[in-house]
Amino acid sequence: MDANMITPFVNAIQNVFSTMFQLPVEIGEPRLKTNRKATHDVSGIIGVSGVMTGTIVLSMPLEAAGSIITLFTGEEFEAESDDFADAVGELVNMISGNAKAEFQRKGVSISCPSVVIGADHTIAVQSGTPCVLIPCSTDCGEVVLEVALREAEAEVSTSAAA
Amino acid sequence: MKILLIDDSKTMRNIQKSVLKQLGYTEIEEACDGQDALSKIGAFNPDLCLVDWNMPVMDGLTFVTTFRQTNKTTPLIMVTTEAEKARVIEAIKAGVNNYVVKPFTPDLLSERITETLAKCSVGS
Repeated sequence: MDANMITPFVNAIQNVFSTMFQLPVEIGEPRLKTNRKATHDVSGIIGVSGVMTGTIVLSMPLEAAGSIITLFTGEEFEAESDDFADAVGELVNMISGNAKAEFQRKGVSISCPSVVIGADHTIAVQSGTPCVLIPCSTDCGEVVLEVALREAEAEVSTSAAA
Repeated sequence: MKILLIDDSKTMRNIQKSVLKQLGYTEIEEACDGQDALSKIGAFNPDLCLVDWNMPVMDGLTFVTTFRQTNKTTPLIMVTTEAEKARVIEAIKAGVNNYVVKPFTPDLLSERITETLAKCSVGS
């Protein structure tokens, strides 16, 4: 995956966390993910479609997610509550939307978020799509942004020919 | 001053509600998508709507287009993650009066609300 695709996500998570709840994010060395297992117990997931396809996942340990959601909402929620999932979904939605705006390509759409909570869940990405893990260190704990995107070349060629 | 918040995220509605309360606006109704908003808007008759773009059932742009067919004057502010210039232009053409990109600070949202109400001459 092109490094130019990763930079918007680095900027986006830093921007969202600092603007919404003044939490600095230190970015680690991005690396390729080699299995389907979720990195942490809480996954906020956004689907990407259009000229680029794939998924964006904000993966957080339960404890870190709890602290971040409390900062974000000003309230403490049980992980089983709808409010907790809603807040996780809104975070990944803002990160994805913010990153999308930096892409040099038009015609990229993002889905409404889904949230999965539980130990050892798996997240399948399209086969042949590399997934890059971006480790992020915060005062609330370590979180990871997982970016699995590829250009939808076949569709682009088809629509260009039409 | 009656304000309708239209966003599928309760978290986001609560954040916006807290900003509105700080500005002294307490008469607030909530809707979780465009269709829910259209079903509530007649009875509530808001002086201002804050509208998200990406929502299930009916998105914000469809809501704005539908609402503007019968109401040309009630101020609408799009509050969304959609930040591309083309999207902003699309929303303005559909009839929104102002635009706020998420993430936002409470100060920025307050500023845009005040600015929109002044521009549209809505009394408080």
